[in-house]
Amino acid sequence: MNLAEGVQLVSFAILAVMMLGSALGVVLLSNIVYSAFLLGGVFISISGFYLLLNADFVAAAQVLIYVGAVNVLILFAIMLVNKREDFRRVPGRWLRQISTAVVCLGLFALLGTMILITPWSLKTSSSVVVENSVVEIGKHFFSDYLLPFELASVLLLMAMVGAIILARRDLIPDSGLPGAKDSVAGTEALMLPERPRLLASTGKPAQNP
Amino acid sequence: MQLQLEYCLFLAAALFCIGIYGVITSRNAVRVLMSIELLLNAVNLNLMGFSNFLDPTGIKGQVFAVFVITVAAAEAAVGLAIVLSIYRNRETVDMEEFNLLKW
Repeated sequence: MNLAEGVQLVSFAILAVMMLGSALGVVLLSNIVYSAFLLGGVFISISGFYLLLNADFVAAAQVLIYVGAVNVLILFAIMLVNKREDFRRVPGRWLRQISTAVVCLGLFALLGTMILITPWSLKTSSSVVVENSVVEIGKHFFSDYLLPFELASVLLLMAMVGAIILARRDLIPDSGLPGAKDSVAGTEALMLPERPRLLASTGKPAQNP
Repeated sequence: MQLQLEYCLFLAAALFCIGIYGVITSRNAVRVLMSIELLLNAVNLNLMGFSNFLDPTGIKGQVFAVFVITVAAAEAAVGLAIVLSIYRNRETVDMEEFNLLKW
């Protein structure tokens, strides 16, 4: 990337602060809607890092897939399950949180020392940059990574079918219910039970008013 | 003073640790899924840093990052569907209540 080094460093610092702050907000904020929107901030700043690291195609894919699809999907899931509930108090939870924080800080220290003491065999003349990264990635996809590319399409199909099957409402057909034909046909569609447990709890009088 | 590989690796390590903390300590199931997305993004940042600094001509790290993004999208769809069906069964999204298979 033909930016000056100072510009690169300053934008790296700004993106780092933005990303770490948003990530801490995702984990620590109590309102989950704020967390979802901050997750979008994390994704956008990571896309900025990709631009700094000469990966323009992956930056565009990151914005399209993560911000456009995954984040919207998470927001929809929050809207579907967002019930105000007070979680049951679990004894010893603060101990769990503190020990997890200690373990995470220890892991960060371990990774940090590993990064610092490893002699990375950097090519000093890293000014050689692929001019058109889309062409290069396309060549990789259709020559030496052809099998994973096709398997990824099969994986996406499987995920789509699996998500539909898992999230589908189990509607009970009319013919399976005894006495369903006696009730009014217009209101029957509105009070169709979703689950067998709901059917058991409402019982027969709900079906046959 | 130049943009170096170590900065990217430190940042990815920090993001990974934040993600692990979120996975373990959060009680809302949707927040656990968001933390898993943070973990996958940290890995992607590592891959991109190595691809830029160690292999700048044949950009294989970017190819791997695209595959990771694909798998992450599939994981998000299936994971949210699982959370939705658990919510329909248990009427809660509390991770402490998901103990049907525990004892």
